[in-house]
Amino acid sequence: MCLAIPAKVMALEAGDMAVVALEGVKKRISVALLDDVAVDDYVLIHVGYALHKVSAEEAERTLALMAEAGVLKEELEEITGGAA
Amino acid sequence: MKYVSEFRARDLAEKLAAQIAHEVRPDRTYHLMEFCGGHTHAIFRYGVQDLMPENVKFVHGPGCPVCVLPVRRLDDAVELAEKHGVILCTYGDMMRVPGTKQRSLIRAKADGADIRMIYSTLDALKIARENPDREVVFFAIGFETTTPPTAVAIMQAETEGLENFSVFCNHVLTPAAIGHILESPEVRDLGTVKIDGFLGPSHVSSVIGSEPYEFFAEEFAKPVVIAGFEPLDVMQSTLMLIRQINEGRAEVENEYARVVTREGNLKAQSLVSDVFELRQSFEWRGLGEVPYSALRIRDTHAALDAEKRFTVSEKKSREVKSCECPAILRGVKKPTDCKLFGTVCTPDNPMGSCMVSSEGACAAYWTYGRFRETAKEAEEAAA
Repeated sequence: MCLAIPAKVMALEAGDMAVVALEGVKKRISVALLDDVAVDDYVLIHVGYALHKVSAEEAERTLALMAEAGVLKEELEEITGGAA
Repeated sequence: MKYVSEFRARDLAEKLAAQIAHEVRPDRTYHLMEFCGGHTHAIFRYGVQDLMPENVKFVHGPGCPVCVLPVRRLDDAVELAEKHGVILCTYGDMMRVPGTKQRSLIRAKADGADIRMIYSTLDALKIARENPDREVVFFAIGFETTTPPTAVAIMQAETEGLENFSVFCNHVLTPAAIGHILESPEVRDLGTVKIDGFLGPSHVSSVIGSEPYEFFAEEFAKPVVIAGFEPLDVMQSTLMLIRQINEGRAEVENEYARVVTREGNLKAQSLVSDVFELRQSFEWRGLGEVPYSALRIRDTHAALDAEKRFTVSEKKSREVKSCECPAILRGVKKPTDCKLFGTVCTPDNPMGSCMVSSEGACAAYWTYGRFRETAKEAEEAAA
């Protein structure tokens, strides 16, 4: 549960929510913990909340590592399985 | 060095390993505690220990929130679901952790309790909105990364006037536990372990910043290097620790500067302090009572505090006899020192929390380390 997964912000919505794209899956998350999120930013997501912004390079690096370590699929299933 | 082939950046891993081997002093040992379960997992998954010289040892610390939750708090959660009939929501990691008499949330669920596995506090709020006639309790666990989302959920529930939602708060603090490992008399009595430096947690630090660790560096003269999750990060951070130890320095260095700043996420910190305050003391599995090491909900938000809304009975909670999780969490024993490891206790049938969570030392040993250990022992016996 300590892992955070990077995703690209596709759209901002009311109530501090945003839609992000994760490996082709779209997901609504909260951006209430960040002040200046914009469309096309990359954010690290932990339990449905964007914790901080990261660069596109860092996002790519992290995703490649998670895929290699075999945890990406698991995390994606957990994220997309949620009710929100 | 067979595990080096598993690295994507194999050349870099080999260079780092060679550099570490070059810089360690043969006349001393380096005991480095990684606090974060994510690091424990990375060290095992990539066999980082195998790339280290003999005198560099990783000590696995209590950095998995599932592993450090005392059985009593889990028993309380089971009771909330079974006796008070609430919808209990929690993160998936908690489901299989055995409580007293091996009773876990998943067993309580099988017996009819309404326990829902959620991914986010957003899901718990949604369940509360959809079930206005039921009490919905979020069983909150986790370190500083998971705490801000709980704070947001509490604020959101207040804004919406969601009266059937409350939080059973078990959020704990990383720096307090590190301090306790270094100084508490109880830990000394229970057995302690030599620590020369710490690999600091990465995502926790992205929230609280690297500043809270400066105290350890100054007060206990222990170097801390905030390390990213990638195995190369762990190796680079190890090299940075070895250099500090060799030079007699004890500072906070930040290997993970691409994500972590000194001050951290100020907005998240401010939300957390609006909603939570320090508990004077909180029990940790493996560490006992640790002063000022956990958070509770402030009185200004008391209506959302499950501990105030429900009364749980005083009961005797008991961990499985001979389970060595407490000593393993303190870094005093290795999983293979436990009689239950790999015999009655496996990931399919865990007796203790360290075998449940993938970030627990026992689960990591089981998945990646046990064959290596056995091979090493056989080698030593033959020699």
